Amino acid sequence: MYEKRFDGRAFDEIRPIKAEIGVIENADGSALFAFGDTIAIAAVYGPKQLYPQHLQNPERALLKAYYDMLSFSVPERKKPGPTRRSLEISDVTTKALEPVIMLDKFQNCVINIYIQIIQANASTRTAGINAASLALAHAGLPMHDLVCSVSVGKVGDKLVVDLTKEEEDYKENGVKSSTDIAIAMLGKSKKISLLQLDGNISKEELLKAIKLARQACEKIYKEQIKALKQIKQKWV
Amino acid sequence: MEISKITKETLINLIKEGKRIDERKLEEYREIKFELDVSKNAEGSAMVEIGNTKVVAGIKIDVTKPFRDSPDEGVLIVNAEFLPLAYGEFEPGPPGIEAIELARVVDRGIRESEMIDLKKLCIEEGKYVYSIFIDIYILNHDGNLIDASFLASILALLNSYLPKIVKKYDEWVVEYGQKTDKKLPINRIPILVTGYKLANVWFLDANLIEEKAAEAKISIGFSFDKESRIHAIQKFEGLINFEELEKIIDLFEKKGKEIKKILRI
Repeated sequence: MYEKRFDGRAFDEIRPIKAEIGVIENADGSALFAFGDTIAIAAVYGPKQLYPQHLQNPERALLKAYYDMLSFSVPERKKPGPTRRSLEISDVTTKALEPVIMLDKFQNCVINIYIQIIQANASTRTAGINAASLALAHAGLPMHDLVCSVSVGKVGDKLVVDLTKEEEDYKENGVKSSTDIAIAMLGKSKKISLLQLDGNISKEELLKAIKLARQACEKIYKEQIKALKQIKQKWV
Repeated sequence: MEISKITKETLINLIKEGKRIDERKLEEYREIKFELDVSKNAEGSAMVEIGNTKVVAGIKIDVTKPFRDSPDEGVLIVNAEFLPLAYGEFEPGPPGIEAIELARVVDRGIRESEMIDLKKLCIEEGKYVYSIFIDIYILNHDGNLIDASFLASILALLNSYLPKIVKKYDEWVVEYGQKTDKKLPINRIPILVTGYKLANVWFLDANLIEEKAAEAKISIGFSFDKESRIHAIQKFEGLINFEELEKIIDLFEKKGKEIKKILRI
């Protein structure tokens, strides 16, 4: 029975959020987003001409997100370079962000988003999406909305928000008893742009968990807006 | 290949009236056919056809060292290859992102449902376990590769036999060519159902052009022991709202049960 969370949080409580804009000076837009000790940074480069030329689309820009973790961000060293996992996360991250950017405003262009996990304690893809969403806004790209992302799930028999690694690996009597759901929603319309699940859960519990994610995303949205309003203006 | 605007418009006009280009109903699958043991040397194999989509999955089993975090569990590895012979736009070379994503979603559906009892595939804890390789090859692409791949994988697993193992120089090795009569330890049989959205209408089992036109796509993996359980979800492109999700889970669940019945598994 999972009665109390390992870190003492309430079941629907997210870890302390940190959101900072403009962490990478060279990028067209950049941001850091952290859920407690899960820290992601994202940098946007573009829109710029897309090469090779045959990939150019005169109707809309191409958006491409790249997700990876620093080798020392996890307990056991991660070999540098892309893995099947990071390629998949890059792809779902791209799809989670695509709907909010007005890609049809740019011709023959690419917008690259590079996400790096500096320190990992689960929920890294969701932290990465939050950082990327901020970086895109910071880059001044025309957007319909922001993307807010959080993990929810079932640990033992409890529905929880923002899982840690310990919770992701939770076992009861030696049997894995944890379901992990990564969700991203648009800030205003609450439409779902990322949904991934693995584990063992009923339909009712899943829908309840998504409702919890909705509440959490509202909080994240507020924090994102707050961070964006604090962008320092350069006067000279 | 991008489909032309006129084709997409036609599909949208049809789907708004609840019709489809090949005259199927919205939730209707194309005919599902399968054949077992297509390869004699594989520990198990199955070819599945959904309409003109054709996929073969084969199982090879080896003895390996277990992963450090699961010393008493067998290893499961899923790989998918989009063969250039299957479709003009598949290119030779290592698996692209679509193939990787497909393999990983199939993996999750099988692993998280605990279809195979991996604990029973332990030979010597911390030293030797069976490793199960599921290799999926696309032979002809006419949409909905993921459902076909999942079906081929589970059918192949259900019809696999463990190979004979012997101890050679103090090491467990597989004696290939000699199968035992022991099947894989199966707990339950999961099913994966994939839906597509076009003009705010959801439909199942998209063919190639429907898939190209679709605005959203989601796969859900179920098991149906005593009660229905959800084990895997992957939303691909597009947006979904909460109310839609609520509805499609029911639709997918019903369809999943139906497919199991049709295949008698």
